[in-house]
Amino acid sequence: MDFTLSKEHEMARTLFKDFAENEVKPLAQEIDEQHRFPRETVEKMAKYGFLGIPVPKEMGGQGCDPLTYVMCVEELSKVCGTTGVIVSAHTSLCVDPIQTYGTPAQKEKYLPDLASGKKLGAFGLTEPGAGTDAQGQQTKAVLDGDEWVLNGSKCFITNGKEADVYIVIAVTGTVEKRGKKMKEISAFIVDKGTPGFTFGTKENKMGICGSSTYELIFTDCRIPKDALLGQKGKGFNIAMHTLDGGRIGIAAQALGIAEGALETTINYVKERKQFGRSIAQFQNTQFVLADLATKVEAAKLLVYKAAMKKAEFAANPKTSYSVEAAMAKLCAAEVAMEVTTKCVQLHGGYGYIKEYDVERMMRDAKITEIYEGTSEVQRMVISANLLK
Amino acid sequence: MKIIVCIKQVPDTKGGVQFNPDGTLNRAAMLTIMNPDDKAGLEAALRLKDEYGAEVTVLTMGLPKAEDVLREAMAMGADKGILVTDRVLGGADTWATSTTIAGAIRNLEYDLIITGRQAIDGDTAQVGPQIAEHLGLPVISYAQDIKIDGDSVIVKRQYDDGYHMLKAKMPCLITALSELNDPRYMTPGGIFDAVKAEITTWGRANLVDVDDANLGLKGSPTKIARASDKVRKGSGEKVNLDAEESVKYIVDKLKDKHVI
Repeated sequence: MDFTLSKEHEMARTLFKDFAENEVKPLAQEIDEQHRFPRETVEKMAKYGFLGIPVPKEMGGQGCDPLTYVMCVEELSKVCGTTGVIVSAHTSLCVDPIQTYGTPAQKEKYLPDLASGKKLGAFGLTEPGAGTDAQGQQTKAVLDGDEWVLNGSKCFITNGKEADVYIVIAVTGTVEKRGKKMKEISAFIVDKGTPGFTFGTKENKMGICGSSTYELIFTDCRIPKDALLGQKGKGFNIAMHTLDGGRIGIAAQALGIAEGALETTINYVKERKQFGRSIAQFQNTQFVLADLATKVEAAKLLVYKAAMKKAEFAANPKTSYSVEAAMAKLCAAEVAMEVTTKCVQLHGGYGYIKEYDVERMMRDAKITEIYEGTSEVQRMVISANLLK
Repeated sequence: MKIIVCIKQVPDTKGGVQFNPDGTLNRAAMLTIMNPDDKAGLEAALRLKDEYGAEVTVLTMGLPKAEDVLREAMAMGADKGILVTDRVLGGADTWATSTTIAGAIRNLEYDLIITGRQAIDGDTAQVGPQIAEHLGLPVISYAQDIKIDGDSVIVKRQYDDGYHMLKAKMPCLITALSELNDPRYMTPGGIFDAVKAEITTWGRANLVDVDDANLGLKGSPTKIARASDKVRKGSGEKVNLDAEESVKYIVDKLKDKHVI
């Protein structure tokens, strides 16, 4: 086993770090305060291929592996959790399912524009009554001639309104499974601008405030028959598999937030003086930092391992990375919350002031324990595998 | 159009600087970056490639690890990389360096050679014009803007009191300022390709029309007496007085030193 990064990955890390420092960090505080989607950053990321990192070159992507993508989300999130999740939701939740389940025609239609960042992607699964319980879906799709007619709504959709392409999960009928009537769930690709597809409330969130989170509303929204993604009735599997990938992206976001908070705090404790010496000289500070750094490193190994496992899936589609993704997300999200909370504590009163980055980082960290499967859901995934 | 960009791996100004006993830089022991003026020169070449179509070759002379700076340039969009490395070339001053690079360039076809104005380690600004002299080419230094007009280049050259507009027939050599542009980033896909790409490596044997007497430390007329990192200033003198007394204190000090 070799933990050394390859030359490619080292260079990619330098690239993402430079980009994050120069282009993303200067806007982090402003977009948080103004709850403003950083369109200009998205355009710059598109220019440099950050929105199509794991997409093959022949489809307009960068042809890199999942680890490179993870490092991108990680470095962006070190300075701005919002920017990290924009890339993660686009890549893992929209580009990836089209790449995995799309027909050749769908791939040709969508992937070049999505991978080049000309178009941005989003994913709609959650509904007011269906979060963790995906079977609670109410949004319906009914085939009418050559078109599907969508009715219902989705909530808490990352990149909502800003995205051009949406993966939407909807009920297409009922099926009997083990003598029980179950909802038949399917996945669709819906373009922004389709008549009957509108946006509802913009959510006013605790953190990742620059990220655009909207309700999607479908009212007799007619989409072509071939907008069905994958097989009819396989939507639940598609959604779950998509979330496995998404969880690696969110794990990378959480890891980045934790690393960013730790770096900022290491600098701060060296400068902050109390009782005539820097607070870095107090053993309490040293021990807290040692524990946090150890936890961050553990999270990093799990996140990178999950990315490597996803790369194996590309070579062998029978490979499952659900458990690795769940462990990475569970660990990284909880580490992010603990690290940011303790970093605020080490900052003392200043940590509670918005001028200091750790205040934002602590708010941003919380969502990583909730979206794309709460920490409790990750524990369900992990334990189900242990006890099967 | 064929463009050669000469680039140099220099110490990262954020890292520490280390020296060999003979006073030259210990390049193997330092963190490095692409010299900023050279990076601007590369960006200028890549913009000419985007606008007019061109093949961009990056060339560097240095230790084997200077290959990294070539791969970085290729990840930004350069097409080919050439590393000139040989023990006999070590310790070269500007004369020996320009002799070496000119000897390498004599193997290549080109319309335009772009170098940085100067490297942040030596700050001499001599290598670019010397290469032009060795190759018998016109040189335009301190370029702020470069345009192609048929078989000529039109260059805006920075000067203290304004700028000059100069036109020169290609082939010619231009030295670029870091103010010329904001260099692009690498791309992730570009990195993956660049790491796999083949780098041409040349040694002394590949240099054309050069005399050994003009190469390496022995061929360098410049002898370095002493080199140093930036000298850190002391903490100075601190006084704690009210505003009026402070002003008087400073004025007295300046008078003592005959500044005012």
